[in-house]
Amino acid sequence: MRQLSYSKALNEALRSEMRRDSSVFVAGEDVALDDGAFRVTAGLLGEFGPDRAVDCPISEAAIVGLGVGAAAAGLRPVVEIMFMDFVGCCLDQIFNQAAKMRYMFGGNITVPLVIRTPCGAGFSIAAQHSQSVEAWFAHVPGLKVVMPATPYDAKGLLISAIRDDNPVVFVEHKRLYRLRGDVPEEAYAIPLGKADVKREGRDVTLIATSMMVHEALAAADMLAETGISAEVVDLRTLVPLDLDTIIGSVAKTHRAVVVHEAVKFGGFGGEVAASIMEEAFDYLDAPVKRVGAPFSPVPMAPVLEKAYLPDRNKIVAAARETVPVRVK
Amino acid sequence: MDVDRDALIWMYTKMQTIRQFETRVARLMLEGKLPGTVHLYAGEEAVACGVCANLGPADYVSSTHRGHGHLIAKGGDLDKMMAELFAKSTGYCKGKGGSMHIASLGVGILGANGIVGAGLPIAVGAGFAAKYRKSDAVAVAFFGDGASNQGTFHEAVNLAAVLKAPVIFVCENNGYAVSTSQARHQTIVDVADRARAYGIPGAIVDGNDVFAVYKAAREAIGRARVGLGPSLVECKTYRHYGHSIGDPGRYRTQEEVDAWKLKDPIPRLRDRLIELGVMSGEQADSIDQEVAGAIESAVRFAEESPSASLEALLEDVYAPSGN
Repeated sequence: MRQLSYSKALNEALRSEMRRDSSVFVAGEDVALDDGAFRVTAGLLGEFGPDRAVDCPISEAAIVGLGVGAAAAGLRPVVEIMFMDFVGCCLDQIFNQAAKMRYMFGGNITVPLVIRTPCGAGFSIAAQHSQSVEAWFAHVPGLKVVMPATPYDAKGLLISAIRDDNPVVFVEHKRLYRLRGDVPEEAYAIPLGKADVKREGRDVTLIATSMMVHEALAAADMLAETGISAEVVDLRTLVPLDLDTIIGSVAKTHRAVVVHEAVKFGGFGGEVAASIMEEAFDYLDAPVKRVGAPFSPVPMAPVLEKAYLPDRNKIVAAARETVPVRVK
Repeated sequence: MDVDRDALIWMYTKMQTIRQFETRVARLMLEGKLPGTVHLYAGEEAVACGVCANLGPADYVSSTHRGHGHLIAKGGDLDKMMAELFAKSTGYCKGKGGSMHIASLGVGILGANGIVGAGLPIAVGAGFAAKYRKSDAVAVAFFGDGASNQGTFHEAVNLAAVLKAPVIFVCENNGYAVSTSQARHQTIVDVADRARAYGIPGAIVDGNDVFAVYKAAREAIGRARVGLGPSLVECKTYRHYGHSIGDPGRYRTQEEVDAWKLKDPIPRLRDRLIELGVMSGEQADSIDQEVAGAIESAVRFAEESPSASLEALLEDVYAPSGN
């Protein structure tokens, strides 16, 4: 199959939806003339013109507000927040306006808005350009939260997000933009709320999101060398959460490790772990483990950032703690 | 300025409706018949009515926490409004929004808003959508002097200016950000001065003179409709009640309140219309009575309606997905 990078797959999703539906437009900082900070919106200005690829001033609250108002008035905006860390500047528009309008107005409005934003560390750009704060949004009823891990999922999930009639926070990962993978040329939609078993296994379930799916897959390879068969479940969307797939996997493996790049304390992994405890306790042979970043801002120094980030080794260590020692 | 006779009667009727609605709501609150809180618009009626007299059903309005007047002036249904305040299932929002979130997309109201200044960027989005569709619809963002210190005010006005979006920013300067007087919350006297900073026209009018508001709004809306972009219209006005119900308004002197009540926009308009021969005193009285009847009928409708249903608790969190 044709190989495409994660950023090109996202670009193709935007392009195909903009061709299909004239109410779809993109807006954000440097998204048009300069192709977007991570080139996800490259070429849209040329194909669709300045009315549908809209460069905005550095005004995150107004950018999201533009999206909320345009969506309320019937368009399907896709706005970009250049780094996830910048959502602090526009949080009210996301969590008090976009998320709650439908409920507050008694169902008499739809807000089909996509907010795309890249999370993630790994580039030594420090504490205000490297965070993963998806748990903030998962905590707010009314928002959907999507985190694709592969080019294939990126394209199919973005298409679904654009076609969805709800506000969707679409979280990309900076370290994934250059990752290549199979991407069909035609448009396809991956339903929001369906996790994906990225690797089957018997002994332990590694439940991961975004960049950590790849670290979990690498960890599964390492575990396999020592005779532990790990299953890797990619959540793909935090909201809606596909609890059925999670429980189905835990029922098979009886052990679970929840992994995300975000700070472990108060992170979304706690929700997943608690849900397993509530819904699948009888299946468990060991306490659920969590792997996440330590309780500190993201450091700049490469050596510190490496120590900060969850990785395959930390996942292997956590998985081993759930599995009894096999004595030959 | 020529104004259609019907439009003048419409303005008087709507202003009277808002006043009587708010007066009745205040009484219902004090009688303990309404849950939550309300922010009453009495005293500021000329602003909503002078502006909305220039708007049609396709035009959008983003409102504020003090939003009853905007909805009434934009064509809101009194029964559904009152039912919403009573937390009834027949209310505009099924009783789930209340006074601070009352909305009707059917008449272009994008919602009252519990967050000061949050409606401005939303109006820019609605105006952008109108322009995107190549319609001549406009969006009006009502906001107060207090909101003019929020970042969203500055971001929204600048973005609308850059995009040449058909948005009219209408400042209802009632002199107070909750309890903090304008002199204590900003060093300028005229919020309209800020228009110049964003390269758009700014006008200042007596917000208790509905003709002055109507004229300034007509000019700003006309510009927006033909693609000349946003404007700011500042209306100097005053609220008769406290910030919200139960606020005794200790931060205002009785002399100040009395002086402003002498400038009440409704008797002013009534006298003016009688003087112009648009209506007689008797006609005015009969309008007032009709309005009173409509308000009482709305109260009855609300009282007799079923309360918010428990099934509604988890409804409308999400729209049925996709298309």
